[in-house]
Amino acid sequence: MSIDLSQFHAVFFEESFEGLDVMENALLELQPENPDSELINSIFRSAHSIKGGSGTFGFISISEFTHILETLLDKIREGEEQLDADSVELFLQSVDCMRTMLEALQAETEPDTTRADQLAIMFQSILTGASAAEAKGLDVPATGASPVIQESVLPGSDSIPDSLAGFHIEFTPEADMLKGGNDPVRMMRELATLGELTSTPDTGALPTLRDMQPDVVYLNWCMDLHGDMPLEDVQEVFEWVEGECDLSISRLGGSADSAPEVMPSNVAEAVDHAPDGTSTAATKTKADEQESAKPIPDAPKTASPAKPAPAPAARAGKAESSSIRVGIDKVDSLINLVGELVITQSMLGQMGGSGEVITDDHIGNLREGLVQLEQNTRELQDSVMRIRMLPISFAFNRFPRMVRDLSLQLGKKVRLELRGEQTELDKTVMEKINDPLVHLVRNAMDHGIESPNVRADQGKDETGTIVLNAFHQGGNIIIEMIDDGGGIDADKLVAKARANGIVGDNEQLNQEQKLDLLFAPGLSTVEQVSDLSGRGVGMDVVRRNIQELNGSVDIDTELGKGTTFRIRLPLTLAILDGQLVTVAGQTYIFPLMSISESLQIDEKLVNNVAGGGDVYNLRDEYIPILSLDSIFGLRTEPLSYDQSLLVVVEAEGMKVSVVVDDLMAQQQVVIKSLEDNYTRVPGVSGATILGDGTVAMILDVAGLIGLAGNQKTMAAGEIAGSAA
Amino acid sequence: MTKILAVDDSASMRQMVVFTLQSAGYEVVEASDGLLALDAAKSGHFDLVLTDVNMPNMDGIALVRELRQLEAYKYTPILMLTTETAGDRKMAGRSAGATGWVVKPFNPDKLLATIKKVIG
Repeated sequence: MSIDLSQFHAVFFEESFEGLDVMENALLELQPENPDSELINSIFRSAHSIKGGSGTFGFISISEFTHILETLLDKIREGEEQLDADSVELFLQSVDCMRTMLEALQAETEPDTTRADQLAIMFQSILTGASAAEAKGLDVPATGASPVIQESVLPGSDSIPDSLAGFHIEFTPEADMLKGGNDPVRMMRELATLGELTSTPDTGALPTLRDMQPDVVYLNWCMDLHGDMPLEDVQEVFEWVEGECDLSISRLGGSADSAPEVMPSNVAEAVDHAPDGTSTAATKTKADEQESAKPIPDAPKTASPAKPAPAPAARAGKAESSSIRVGIDKVDSLINLVGELVITQSMLGQMGGSGEVITDDHIGNLREGLVQLEQNTRELQDSVMRIRMLPISFAFNRFPRMVRDLSLQLGKKVRLELRGEQTELDKTVMEKINDPLVHLVRNAMDHGIESPNVRADQGKDETGTIVLNAFHQGGNIIIEMIDDGGGIDADKLVAKARANGIVGDNEQLNQEQKLDLLFAPGLSTVEQVSDLSGRGVGMDVVRRNIQELNGSVDIDTELGKGTTFRIRLPLTLAILDGQLVTVAGQTYIFPLMSISESLQIDEKLVNNVAGGGDVYNLRDEYIPILSLDSIFGLRTEPLSYDQSLLVVVEAEGMKVSVVVDDLMAQQQVVIKSLEDNYTRVPGVSGATILGDGTVAMILDVAGLIGLAGNQKTMAAGEIAGSAA
Repeated sequence: MTKILAVDDSASMRQMVVFTLQSAGYEVVEASDGLLALDAAKSGHFDLVLTDVNMPNMDGIALVRELRQLEAYKYTPILMLTTETAGDRKMAGRSAGATGWVVKPFNPDKLLATIKKVIG
């Protein structure tokens, strides 16, 4: 039977990456001076699984490397080797290295093993207790030889005429051999497949029927196996009962003195140890076999390259298709709901098909059915959404390692606390929030948390704390990044912004606006630009990424006490809380998150800017007025301002207002991609289908601002500047 | 139909084993660790148990030991899926009562051949 193993690759990669995360987290938690054996066990188990899987699925480079790792882990587990900070570091680097290699394999490319080879040498030097240089000369060739390849050499010896006549086998099982599930009949059956078998049972030990126990072996056998078969095959038959029987195998027609050398243990043990690469017996056996194979030169040559070949061939599957692991309870609840839906549907169908005169009763039942259908639909929707939901721990898990590495690099002491790791959010949202979170944590490590002596001087704990906290609030997920560092000096921000021309010299800002400058492009308050952050590219990107997810970010900060960044995100990208508006008889939808207020227009507050559009004086703040009529070319004669409403929206730190004819309901809408179904339209982020079946466009506020052109906004800036 | 209990904490290995066995016409029940396997074994009958060694909660060796305590599994063939390095653990498995082992890495054909050896 041929089974395409590539169908299991996706699962293998997924669980291997999970395994690496487990290893990484356990390594970070480990205290080398007092190692927790359960943690070491879990590291070992993960490495072991990755090794087993990679070997089975043909990823030899991974299985070879994991093998060395596992050997050391095993020794640590058995107490033969000590774990120290250096080896933890080495293991952590190995985790990174394996991750990179697995990623390469997942992308169906050949992984670069340079780093793995270097690490392997270091592991070997620990294992042999020799210096790294010595290890290099001694053991590297051995580790290079794969367990699989070595195995593949053995079959090469198949063609050696070990015996033309066959073997004489004397087999005396121990009385309780049956208890291990090993039946002598099975072994004889197997021997019979190798050649012509004649066996003579010795019934001498057989008790009377009355005394006979069914689970005791009373017999022993003398067997002659005729034919041309290798010794290994015969030994393999008895492999599982070694130590539970007296066994002697000798060549038929051979000289008597050949008997001792073919006792099963020799070769079998050598094979066992061969992959360790440390056993000289193994290499010797291998060498011997290759030498003895010389008369048939083709055999070993074809044997060795034959093995790696299936690996590339097996990679027929696409690495692209990403998968998601879903808890069985979620699937069960989905199936349950679909069941209910079917019941409701058949109930409604029965009513419709009854063909009788419609009575009030029928209408009542129909209404009831529709209510039920609505409920089913909503539950089904929730349930389907939940399938895409993953606990945020997937995003949080990378931080312990990052914080550890960064604190070493920066010479700071930082403790990371993760809270609410089981809080679930959409997989796509999670993927997109990763980078902003990384940036925020890096910033906090770099600029927020002070160095230990500064903290001590201020009477703070030398070890700073960074908390990542997640929880649900309404239809949103809130992710907080809290540090107990120095806080953000808002006035420094303003000074910097003024120096960079981001803020006018005389412009007055409130606290919120001052902190908002943190997200302005091209601003950094730290004089010394470090490697990690502080180049001023970042915080603006952080905010943009969050806004692209229809989310927002707030800052709370207190000088000397610390800072809290609070990110608010929708739970899913598939559904949006929208504000329906009408313009020229068309319905448009604003993401509710982007609306700061809606108001009736006071025409006295509308100013026309020469060469630009109109601006609105909103509590002394001048905001450009955008007209959807002109942007989308709807009407040449829009309604006058006193017949319209103004929706003030915010995007990318900029406020604009949009004139609409009327405000309609607020409702959740399912986002359909325009790009997938039609083509990308500037100013529109997607579409949805409303209850009455009409299609409504979802407005892309940032895009609208771009569409309106810089003219108006610049004009507004001039007015704002002169008014202030 | 011959019923096999397949135990492995690695989902990919388990899927591969299950798929192979099912393709060969066996009925398969899967478990992801020793404890779950023991529950499954108690609530059904199996003609063969195929178990990984290194697993959380209850490892393969402990599972074999527990199974052998049960009247229904006293003589049932139990095969361990083990790596080629774990020589001493093979022995530990056998003294716990395992029938034999399949050495990882293995391919589907090798797995089926070994299984046919024990259940004919």
